[in-house]
Amino acid sequence: MSVDTGSRSDPSAGLPEDARQWTAKLRNSATGKLPPGRLLPDRQPAYVASWIYVFGVLTVSALLLVIATGCVLALKGPAWWHVSSAGLFVNSLHLWSVEAFFFFMVIHLWGKFFMAAWRGRRRLTWVTGVVAFLVSVGAAFTGYLSQQNFDSQWISTQAKDGINATGAGAFFNVLNFGQMLMWHIVLLPMVVALLAVVHVLLVRTRGVVPPFAAPPGRQDGMARTGGSEPSVEGDRA
Amino acid sequence: MLLVSSVMGALVDLNGKGRYVHWGFIQISVANLVVIALMAIVFIGAIIVPYRRHGDR
Amino acid sequence: MSEPRGSHGRVRRRRFNPDRDVAEWHGRYVPFDLVKEFVIALVAVAILVTVLAVVFSSPDDHPVTVRSWSNGDPAGFAQTAITELDGTSGSATYGPPYNTNGTAQSIGFFSPAKWLGVHVPIDSAQDFVIGPLQTLPDRAVLAAVSLYNSSSAAQQAKWTAAYEKAVAKATFGNGRLRIPAGDYGPVPTMMNALVSMARSGALDGALLSSRQFYGSDYTKPLLFIADGTFLSNIAQSQHLAGDQWGMMNETGNFPGQAWLWLYTMWYQVPPMKTSSNADLQVWAIMMLLTLGLALVPFIPGLRSIPRWVGLYKLIWRRHYRQLAATDSSATGAGP
Repeated sequence: MSVDTGSRSDPSAGLPEDARQWTAKLRNSATGKLPPGRLLPDRQPAYVASWIYVFGVLTVSALLLVIATGCVLALKGPAWWHVSSAGLFVNSLHLWSVEAFFFFMVIHLWGKFFMAAWRGRRRLTWVTGVVAFLVSVGAAFTGYLSQQNFDSQWISTQAKDGINATGAGAFFNVLNFGQMLMWHIVLLPMVVALLAVVHVLLVRTRGVVPPFAAPPGRQDGMARTGGSEPSVEGDRA
Repeated sequence: MLLVSSVMGALVDLNGKGRYVHWGFIQISVANLVVIALMAIVFIGAIIVPYRRHGDR
Repeated sequence: MSEPRGSHGRVRRRRFNPDRDVAEWHGRYVPFDLVKEFVIALVAVAILVTVLAVVFSSPDDHPVTVRSWSNGDPAGFAQTAITELDGTSGSATYGPPYNTNGTAQSIGFFSPAKWLGVHVPIDSAQDFVIGPLQTLPDRAVLAAVSLYNSSSAAQQAKWTAAYEKAVAKATFGNGRLRIPAGDYGPVPTMMNALVSMARSGALDGALLSSRQFYGSDYTKPLLFIADGTFLSNIAQSQHLAGDQWGMMNETGNFPGQAWLWLYTMWYQVPPMKTSSNADLQVWAIMMLLTLGLALVPFIPGLRSIPRWVGLYKLIWRRHYRQLAATDSSATGAGP
């Protein structure tokens, strides 16, 4: 294969002869599913007109605050908040971010359920959302275990019975502070963040779920082409 | 004896004896009840309160 | 009829199901600044969280230590310690993953804890009593431990059973545990030494020590403390016990983990309420319900609830009103 860089005007041109590369395939697949205009659209369907729709972004914002405040706590280590008023304040920010996160996430779940948001090949969006919720419960649980105070003593000695009964206690020891802390600050946040990213990208890929059809007898202006990608055709009266 | 660390900077001290509601077999803290009630109110509000965009009539 | 495409682009004909399918939108789009919405949301939540943190702070109740326990309730500590030595404590008789002295929970033949076996080995007599005592530079205590260890199991059981009965009536004064006179062999020497060790704080350190210098595993001190009633009495007073829906709660008046309401609810209802397999039963129920929640889109009936309830009509009322207006103008009908 000749290497003649002079004849190639743009290295990212995506020349046909490179199409079989894994890089090219990945790029084409990603940009095909999510071209820039779909990844960051500046228009939404007209039916997206309710305050219920803001709870997804509120949940993501709360998650970012949980992570940011967690990072600040990590700067000074797990014992900092017991001996410093600044540390206690950051711990408070972390706790209330978590409360806000669950508050907004559950309202988001209620809204999406009553909108049957899984319709039209959006089932994976629903599934990733539920799994993210469950993993978040786990992340919060390991957080409570990492407090190194009376609360974590009680929670760990109680929770051990439930977890031991399932057999998971053989390798997930809630009384082991070191292990629980690492699950809390490394493993579980990574999974929550990954699920959140996949979930949001799925929403961008499929678009926000359209409403149920209007009651029978009416023309609702929506083409029955179920299963096809939503087309962004701009305004149409 | 349980020692409670001083709550620096809190305007409302939520430490101390917790308040609980007993309703049949359900026992729930006032704090949790407030949170759940707020969630229900916010959820209903989000659906009912009109959403206005720029340029809407 | 909809024509969804399968993963290989083949057209599969199937009936339109309003709870599974949706007619994709080809209608109007309106301007919407996604990034601006995100920034506003982030700032709003940051302000909300900051206000909550300033107003309410967060709880931080001091942990119980073996030292605080044994100083607060020396007789209670000794009553727990003897059950560790004679193998009748909660930890001693727990079963897997700590030891094989107890039965793992099961539902019929299903007993995952039994199948997985012991992975966090705990020998309560050795780990909580004999081992720590053997670190003391006290000849009398070491002799007592040596005598105990070299005696037959039957003799050990005789001494510990007698001591356990006596210590139930123990009093504590002038730094010493007082029990009725009796034949307890070397056990009182061992127990008194353990109480002193606990009250000085040395037992906390001894329980935490391991083969390596740096420890972060609190299994032993936590199991020992949890075997007593000191920790659970505090928890009960804070409304954190299992039969108080404690899983949802936080110390004081702070909100707790309200999202655990369904998990803890099952512990309050029969048969789980009184079952020795309650943990496994509740976990199994929650696994099923969780699976149900995750798979709602695939479950007929369950996925029809939103359409039956009709809350969507409120959510999308503007959309339906606009459709109706379009209809009536298209057909010429009056408003």
